Amino acid sequence: MSNAATLAGGFPDLSKLPVARQAHWMRWFTAAAIVAVLLAIGRAFANGQIEWSYVSRFLTAPVILQGIVNTMVMAVLAMALGIFLGIVVAIMRLSPNPVLKSVALGYTWLFRGTPLILQLLLWFNIALVFPTIGIPGLWSARAVDIMTPFLSALLGLGINQGAYTSEVMRAGMLSVDAGQYEAAKAIGMGRLRALRRIILPQAMRVVIPPLGNEFIGMVKATSLASVIQYPELLHSAENIYYANSRVIELLIVAGLWYLLVVSILTPLQMLLERRFARGFSQTAR
Amino acid sequence: MTQPLVAIRSVSKTFGEFEALKQVSLDVSAGEVLCLIGASGSGKTTLLRCINQLTPVDSGGIWLDGELLGLREEGGRLHRLTERQIARQRLKTGMVFQRFNLFPHKTALENITEGPVQVQGRDRQEARSEAMELLARVGLTAKADAYPSQLSGGQQQRVAIARALAMKPMLMLFDEPTSALDPELVGEVLSVMKELARSGMTMLVVTHELGFAREVADRVVYMDHGAIVESGSSRDVLGAPREARTQAFLSAVI
Repeated sequence: MSNAATLAGGFPDLSKLPVARQAHWMRWFTAAAIVAVLLAIGRAFANGQIEWSYVSRFLTAPVILQGIVNTMVMAVLAMALGIFLGIVVAIMRLSPNPVLKSVALGYTWLFRGTPLILQLLLWFNIALVFPTIGIPGLWSARAVDIMTPFLSALLGLGINQGAYTSEVMRAGMLSVDAGQYEAAKAIGMGRLRALRRIILPQAMRVVIPPLGNEFIGMVKATSLASVIQYPELLHSAENIYYANSRVIELLIVAGLWYLLVVSILTPLQMLLERRFARGFSQTAR
Repeated sequence: MTQPLVAIRSVSKTFGEFEALKQVSLDVSAGEVLCLIGASGSGKTTLLRCINQLTPVDSGGIWLDGELLGLREEGGRLHRLTERQIARQRLKTGMVFQRFNLFPHKTALENITEGPVQVQGRDRQEARSEAMELLARVGLTAKADAYPSQLSGGQQQRVAIARALAMKPMLMLFDEPTSALDPELVGEVLSVMKELARSGMTMLVVTHELGFAREVADRVVYMDHGAIVESGSSRDVLGAPREARTQAFLSAVI
């Protein structure tokens, strides 16, 4: 007996009929409105008091290019320091040792609880507290010579970043199933080896999207180092407009470069994510 | 009488208010296959985890191969061993988990060589060829380069068994190795375990597979509320249980 014979009648066969396209009037209308607003803003800027020739002229000025290089060098180094500190502090925080745990908590509390710009100023001016620094009897130097704008910015940005990154890392480590710790222990691994070989590689997969976020934040946070005379992008732009008074033009130059750098970082992050998604291909996407 | 491979003496363990183990004592001889059965919460998994020191005991002692686990007696007191010493003691046991717990970021082969290479410091090439032999033994030669997510549950558990065997343990612990599997995948894991039992491996198996226990176990131990109720040959315990609680459990399961 065929299936059709058992089905009730009165229901037409719809399988051959095409589905009509919907007319999205609201979408057309809102898109047109947005374009109109953008055009108006663009016109205002075009007719405003901006000498666009200055923007194009300074976009590739050597001082500006050097500023970008300095910005990127600082962002990468400070982020590296931040990730290193973040991992160490996250491990301390999850340690059964109450001393390590308290140190980790105190570090996060202190450096997350005060403004970054204040920390940068403190590092830069530490010579006011300790005129000379060193190891007693072995080596010493004048703090003014040691605490260059570069080192102050690196310590300020990196140590501050470490406080935030440690929480990202901790979240990543907690996201790994407890069974993975047990399986690692069961094949004779100690805590640190299990963390390095089994837990952290899996945590990385979870941690990279927020870390990418943090790194983009870091690229922009380097601009705060302009207050301690580190010659990064914003500081270079400021130096130029102090001389020629083209404030908005140079701020636009700096803004365009920040946008470009951040736009390049996004696809890089996707590459990294793919690298750490090994073995998760079916579950991760 | 020869010394047992595992000697458990008056072991107790509580989790908060819950008494998971109450003064449990048990001997396991070398080469013996022992199945632990009982309702969930009866303490059988806790007992297994105590032997592997994933759960520290509250009181009592467990000796493996004549060595007291996790503790050292000195001057009339017990001292806890360091994490490093415990890790070294764990090398004598292999553990197979209910939820496999393969390392998802490593291939089947890398899962098996991880312990020998990283922990035991064995030569990488030698570890690889031994791992391939183990994969052949569990029937998964073709899956050496597959990641766990690309394997079925049964295949993952067989890799997990190979991973535990790669450490050359003197005792294998199985914690409900087939409970997380789809019914049609249970057989392949049990047949690997049967082969292992025939090869003379000492095995402690927490299981609900009474058919497996009947066929393979030298001894079956029935636990209830943190204590051993009945212990004996599989024919006696499963076929003609003496204790009322064992009878009730068996009639509820079958």
